[in-house]
Formats: sequence, C-alpha cells, structure tokens
Amino acid sequence: METLTGFFTSPMMVELMWTVAQIFAVIVPLLIAVAYLTLAERRVIGLMQLRKGPNVVGPFGLLQPFADALKLLSKETILPSGASKAVFVIAPMLTFVLSLVAWAVIPFGEGMVIADVNVGILYLFAISSLGVYGVIMAGWASNSKYPFLGAMRSAAQMISYEVSLGLVIITVIMAAGSLNLTDIVMAQKDMWFFIPLFPMFVIFFISTLAETNRAPFDLPEGESELVAGYFVEYSSMSFALFFLGEYANMILMSGMTTTLFLGGWLPPFDWPILYLIPGPVWFALKVALVLFVFLWVRATTPRYRYDQLMRLGWKIFLPFTLIFVVLTGGVLLGFGLLPQ
Amino acid sequence: MSSLIAAARSFLLLEILKGMGLTLKYLFKPKATLNYPYEKGFISPRFRGEHALRRYPNGEERCIACKLCEAICPAQAITIEAEPRPDGSRRTTRYDIDMTKCIYCGFCQEACPVDAIVEGPNFEFAAETREELYYDKEKLLSNGDRWETEIARNLAADARYR
Repeated sequence: METLTGFFTSPMMVELMWTVAQIFAVIVPLLIAVAYLTLAERRVIGLMQLRKGPNVVGPFGLLQPFADALKLLSKETILPSGASKAVFVIAPMLTFVLSLVAWAVIPFGEGMVIADVNVGILYLFAISSLGVYGVIMAGWASNSKYPFLGAMRSAAQMISYEVSLGLVIITVIMAAGSLNLTDIVMAQKDMWFFIPLFPMFVIFFISTLAETNRAPFDLPEGESELVAGYFVEYSSMSFALFFLGEYANMILMSGMTTTLFLGGWLPPFDWPILYLIPGPVWFALKVALVLFVFLWVRATTPRYRYDQLMRLGWKIFLPFTLIFVVLTGGVLLGFGLLPQ
Repeated sequence: MSSLIAAARSFLLLEILKGMGLTLKYLFKPKATLNYPYEKGFISPRFRGEHALRRYPNGEERCIACKLCEAICPAQAITIEAEPRPDGSRRTTRYDIDMTKCIYCGFCQEACPVDAIVEGPNFEFAAETREELYYDKEKLLSNGDRWETEIARNLAADARYR
C-alpha cells in the first residue's frame, strides 16, 4: 500500500496524470465539437437550400448527432472477405488518431498548449500529411474498385495541395520568425497575418478545402461515380471513425488557419477590455467562423473536375505561392522587417 | 486585353464571391419546408387518397354491386361478390380492395354510377404488414363513415367541373 501511494505521488506519475488530464480536456470538447459540426453542416446547408434541416430530435435537433451515433453503433461491422483484415481494421483508427494527435501543439491561449515544442508547425504539417496513409490503406485493403479509385484520387489530391500549403506556411514562418506556434500567434499581436499576407490566406484556405476533401474538391467521395470513395466498404464503428476523423480534420485545419492567419487566441483589437474574454473563447469563435466558411463553400460550389483540380494545384497555386514566398522574403529583407 | 480582364476576374475569385453572396442571402430567406406531421400542405378536392364506400343519409349503403369498378380497375385490385338481399335489392356480400395493388388512378370512382366508391382525402394509412392493406367491405364502409363530411364537401366542390 505504502509503495502504491508512493508510486502515484512520485513526480513522474503526477506529471503523467496532469498530461493525461490536459489531453482529455482537449479531446472531449473536440469530439463534442465534431458531433455538433455534423449537425451544423446539415442545418447550415439546409437553410441555404431553403430547407430547415434536422430539427426534430431534441430541441432544434440538438440531439441529432447522438441519434446518428447510436444508429451507427448498433449496426454490424462488416469485414469484406477479400479485404486484408489487419490493414482494413487499422486504417480508420489511423485516420482518427492522426486527426487527434495534431492538437497537441495547437495553443488555445497564453501557455495553454499540451506540448509547446519549438518545431510545432513542422509537427502539425507532418501529422496532417500522414493523414493520407489512412485513406490509402483503406482504399487498398478494401480490395475493391471504388475504394481504390477513391483512395488514389484522394492521395494525389492531398499530396498536390500539400506542396502549396507548405509554401504558404513558409511565408508565415518568415513573417513570424519562429516555428513555435505560440510565437507565431504572439507575432500577430499588432496585426493578424491575414492582412499583410491576404493572398496567402486565401490560398491556404482553398488548399485546406482540398486537403480535407471538402467541396468543391470532394472528388474522392464523388457520389455519382465512386459511391462514397475510399470508405465504401466500411460500416458501423469503422465508418464512424472515418467520419469523425474527417470532421476532426476539418476542425484541425480551421485551427491551423486561425493560428497562422487569424491571430490564434488573440482578441480582434488590442483593447484591454477584450482580454477579459479568455483566449480559448476567442480561439473557438475564430475556428467556428472558419468552419462556417467551410460549410458555406460547400453549399455554394459544384464539384471540380479532376483535371481542373490538378491544374489549379500545380499550375496556379504552386507558381503563385512560389512567387509570393520570394516576394515576401524580398520585402522583409529589403525593408529590414525581418523578425529578430 | 479582354483575356487579361478575364484572368484578373478569375484570380480575384469574383464569380465565387458572387455565388457565396447569393447563398448567404438564401440563409436568411423564409424556408419552404413544411414541418410535416404538425403542418400539412393544401390538398385538392380531386385528391385521390384512401378508398371509402359511402352510404345514403338514411344509412343505406350506396353500392348496388354493378361491378363497373371491378371491371375498369386497371390493376385488378377490386374483388366483388354479390347476391340479392332478402328484401330483393341487389347488394355486395364481398367488396375487397387490395391497397397494395391499387395504383390510385381514380377510375373506380369515375365508373361508379351512384358515387359509392370514392377516393377520399386521407393519405396517411401506412401499415406495418401487408395484411392490414387488404381492405374488406367493413373497413371501406367504416372509412366512408369516418370521412363522409370531407368526401361530401370535396364532391360538392368539384361537381361543377364534371
């Protein structure tokens, strides 16, 4: 007994417990946000199409996500006989886990970050690039035509847009002078980066649409020709994991946009009164705003053709961002604005 | 020059922004959705819904077993058997409609010389089993009793177009 309490009160263990508590404090609100994002998507798109959207389950349809989750959980998990079982099972877990671990470096407020690493943005970029593995594994392991085609499209698309995404991130790093996300936010104290880097902001947002396979770049799940894309063969909980992962990725990308361009947890004006509202609230509000634009774009635009998608990524975004990287570097150097 | 303007337009995403402005406007417009079980749409007097067999005001059933409806029914959903009653009048002993076969064309009510078989305004008669949709004479007559006010009103409203 003595040794057991000693074990639990040892400094290492206390630190571990504290980290686990922090992780839960991030993941639980995040999963609730994912649930309500699905509802918000259906409501917003419904309203834009002159419908009402789900409003029957609970007040204003607020219990709809839970009804959907219960329905999915009560269904049977099907393992296709031709599938390679291990990979088939791991793929949705990978997608889901990757969409969660990236949150470790996102700062929610002054010092409110699970891991304040110095190369936070590289970590974030690496994790979001790994997301393509879940998709490829799912498409390959299903051993079926539509998932395979969907996975191929998805992989090609995510890789293409990551190139311009990376270049946009480089301009932000140049302007901020740090790879640490907290420092990047603090560098925006005087002016959020979306004002001086507005074209980059737009390109970053469009690239995140492509990166998360959202409309108008949702070809990987093009219903009319691919049924549902790479997760055709998935059902029940494994499908739910993909679904959650995809929406958590959307929130992650919005969080990234907020951190890099919209001043993270900083209030819109540097007035003392606005600092009374805690940082995480500002952060959540900005993320919600970006997510609304995600939904808004989906309600507005038709789907791109595949060659148009590739043309946009490689022939327009890539040269444009390259030129802008050089331009930003030149301006920063020429006018002596380089951050110390 | 014109190609330059077109390039500038596409670079500034003008068309997309215009489209997004439109969807934003629609976000605040009044919605077209009816809150169905609580709100219902208008139904024409000619609406062809669930069948009913009507009665005369004195309670005598209208159907005289002429079997015109059975003959004209394109889906052959109606089955009628008839024999004279003890008082000498000709009445049906059996009048069945298979609602799963019925195509709701309304020919039966057009063929009926005494306005006995009609399709009423009720469309909410979904059932959980097929058997519940095999309507017999008793069910049809009770439908007639239940919906008589609406049916009579609809017939009166539509009478001048016939």
